[in-house]
Amino acid sequence: MLHITTLHYLVLGAALFLLGVIGVLTRRNVVIVLMSIELILNAVNLNLVAFSRFWGGVHGQVFAIFVITDAAAEAAVGLGILIAFFRNKETVNVDEVNLLKW
Amino acid sequence: MAPVATPFFFYLLSGVMLIGGILVITRRNAVHSALALIVTLLAQAAIYLMLYAPFVAGVQIILYAGGIMVLFLFVIMLVNLERNLKERQFNRQWLVGVVAAGALGGLFIVVYSKGQSIFPDRALPIAEAQNTQIVGTMLYGQYMFAFEIASLLLLVAIIGAVVMAKKRI
Repeated sequence: MLHITTLHYLVLGAALFLLGVIGVLTRRNVVIVLMSIELILNAVNLNLVAFSRFWGGVHGQVFAIFVITDAAAEAAVGLGILIAFFRNKETVNVDEVNLLKW
Repeated sequence: MAPVATPFFFYLLSGVMLIGGILVITRRNAVHSALALIVTLLAQAAIYLMLYAPFVAGVQIILYAGGIMVLFLFVIMLVNLERNLKERQFNRQWLVGVVAAGALGGLFIVVYSKGQSIFPDRALPIAEAQNTQIVGTMLYGQYMFAFEIASLLLLVAIIGAVVMAKKRI
């Protein structure tokens, strides 16, 4: 087998990113949409850490830590919104969120 | 220390990650999706270890697989609906999804095939033993301002989550 280059990690990150995008666009359950967003953020983290490894610094790892912080904040606020929504409408489907729809 | 069987572990872990990701977006039960996502995150932590980033791998396991996923599971248990399992799980935007994913995938293919030459091919030597120290020094030195902003962001997120989930504001 060949040795693993940056491109291998980038392709893996791209595949994970696409899975996340498909999940966000097609699922109805809000919880699974939020999980797909986590998949997308993880794909970005993978790219950052891979580049940090192959350029020989740790800037990418520091950025990955900031992205993880963002993911935590996003998950907390998103799930809070989800609970408020569930209390009002008794459903967790995204396509029934239409209170602001014109 | 020279790495052992890197390609084998890379392909094994990528397979685990991709299968976990596919399960996340296809399972009907949200709890199963969350468990598949935990598997994906753990495999990704192992890939961080292969990339000589032990601190990020630890943060990934403790914070992601330990913290965020527990939050997800809590909320799934709170809003769990028997009715939801019998409903349609996918909306009618599958065409949009396929088009967007195809366009993004094509973009990735073009960028990666054109830019392949500028990506570093061989890994530079890296101080593996002091990884955590270097990351810590950088967080408290060069990235001090961003670090403080991150703490402010977390404070806002805490307050926001409490306000959102309160019954009466």
